[in-house]
Amino acid sequence: MRKILFDTLMRRPLTEAPPVTDDKMLAELAASLERAARRRLGRSLSIREIDAGSCNGCELEIHALNNAFYDLERFGLHFVASPRHADVLLVTGPVTRNMREALERTYNATPDPKWVVAVGDCAVDGGIFSGSYAVVGGVSGVVPVDLHIRGCPPDPVQLLKGLLALLAA
Amino acid sequence: MPWPSDEIEGNKIADHRPWPRFAVNEDAWRLATAQLAIGRWTLLGLWGDTGAVHMAVLDANMREIAVLTLSCPAGHFLSVGALHPPAIRLERALRDLYGLEPIGLPDTRPWLDLGFWNGQYPLGERHGGSSTRAPYVFLPVAGDSLHQIPVGPVHAGIIEPGHFRFTANGETVVRLEQRLGYVHKGIEALMAGASLDAAARLAGRTSGDSTVAYALAFAQAVEAALEVKLPPRALYLRALMAELERLANHFGDIGAICNDASFSLMNAQCAILREKTLRTAASCFGHRLMMDAVVPGGVARDLAATCTAEIAILLEDIRRLFPQLVELYDNTASLQDRTATTGVLRAELARQFGAGGYVGRASGRAFDARKMLGYPPYDRLHFEVPVLDAGDVNARVWVRIREVEQSLGLIDQIMRDLPTGALRALVQPTDEVREGLGMTEAFRGDVLVWLRLEGGRVSRCHLRDPSWFQWPLLEAAIEGNIVADFPLCNKSFNCSYSGHDL
Repeated sequence: MRKILFDTLMRRPLTEAPPVTDDKMLAELAASLERAARRRLGRSLSIREIDAGSCNGCELEIHALNNAFYDLERFGLHFVASPRHADVLLVTGPVTRNMREALERTYNATPDPKWVVAVGDCAVDGGIFSGSYAVVGGVSGVVPVDLHIRGCPPDPVQLLKGLLALLAA
Repeated sequence: MPWPSDEIEGNKIADHRPWPRFAVNEDAWRLATAQLAIGRWTLLGLWGDTGAVHMAVLDANMREIAVLTLSCPAGHFLSVGALHPPAIRLERALRDLYGLEPIGLPDTRPWLDLGFWNGQYPLGERHGGSSTRAPYVFLPVAGDSLHQIPVGPVHAGIIEPGHFRFTANGETVVRLEQRLGYVHKGIEALMAGASLDAAARLAGRTSGDSTVAYALAFAQAVEAALEVKLPPRALYLRALMAELERLANHFGDIGAICNDASFSLMNAQCAILREKTLRTAASCFGHRLMMDAVVPGGVARDLAATCTAEIAILLEDIRRLFPQLVELYDNTASLQDRTATTGVLRAELARQFGAGGYVGRASGRAFDARKMLGYPPYDRLHFEVPVLDAGDVNARVWVRIREVEQSLGLIDQIMRDLPTGALRALVQPTDEVREGLGMTEAFRGDVLVWLRLEGGRVSRCHLRDPSWFQWPLLEAAIEGNIVADFPLCNKSFNCSYSGHDL
């Protein structure tokens, strides 16, 4: 173990420079973020992830945000275990009928001020699962959404851009 | 083909490939159930159709597969689960979707229908009105000093939703009961009437972590049904993708299992290998998870010229770092203390349920679809199927470590022997009704896809995730362990919620 830790100390960090956020995302957020909220929260956000019906592809890429290359925590963003501790809900999947109530309850359990980020093409409008008897559709049909991050699944850089936009807005 | 018609009488259905399908009567269905119950056959799948039920079985030598079909015009059939418990959840799901009643099914509670759909029996002919929300009754538990811990559907980590009901005596779990179905998306209904392209995309999103294995099983089924012969280069590129997918998942999970034993160094290092694998995949196949890269008839794109070198660098990186991590895993007593003898799955249960993947292979069941069925190009490649007997978390980790080594060897051979030539064969739709079966080895076990094509479109498609036969075994493996070891046991199984809920 010591050898691996020592090697790691001697090597250049793997963590890469943060991506530049794009204007469109900033514009979407400007409307939903107020200065007061920013004052209250500072630049540190706690994120609670909710899979509301995803194929688990989005979860894999959200997980990757924690690896050494992206190192999400350096931006003051970190994942928490309970909605009670969260500022941001990161919701994936077409919302299934079987998950709708759980999503609503999780949203209601999250203290204000809070933001909802819908992740993945399915979370926008149900994606390829829309029209199914078992699917409600996009996340915004169930809880108010502040930002959409598209992709199937969005890669970690796209996710990072979206989350940084949330901090910058 | 003599099997299984020696023992089971049935009429062979035309145009079902590559394995046969037989229409059987109730007596033959009963006999088949008995073969499953005594362990001569393994259940590969059980699913509904309009006015009929199908079961796919594998013989004990693990080389022959057949589908048996029982027509049920009166809307009911003899329950297989009554004699063979691995069928119980499949029959509960089948009834929720089709409204066909399994007579004698020991557990009649719904499984996928949680009471939120617009109507009951969405795929069936029978209409049961709006789905009702009767309270779900968990199995009774009696005894002194017992308490229950309900967990989920929303869990504490970045994971999929499902409900776990623990009954514990102090720290010790005396029963775990799962309730799944939360991410049921109705994929089989969306498949009905879909074009081949749309259906392939859906198949590739049944369980995102196994997108290559699913797309491959779906493509195999289509190609079998339409008798498409694949160009050799496409077969090799598919295998390359499948092994990259296996590597990425094994790295991620080996690290995550150690993380659940609070050993985060392994997680951090394994995550680096996973990321490097995904980046190589993105560079070679245009997508980190390689979604939509396997298509019916072949593969969507060729390897770029730089990929040979990139893959060589990836393999070199893995071969340099991974052995150190294996040594670290093996020599850290505090970690071994958590994984060894924890969450033991008995070999008899793994055999009975036909558990695939590392869950089965860590409990003595030597099944690997790549080896047993030898679908190309694996029939031409050399590799071993690591099997252990201990059945604990540690054994499941070791099987995966050994599989990483085998996958590296496979990629060496694939890159060395990679044929030149076409990437895609013409998939010529026909007006006839054609049926096909595909089976591939995903990282967590065998994926089965059965489909019927009509007029060039999918009219019915069933996708069976390996998790169907692993989830119930997790309930057994956790018994007698402490609650705090559940995440460790759960991660060592790593069943798919989405693949199961469909």
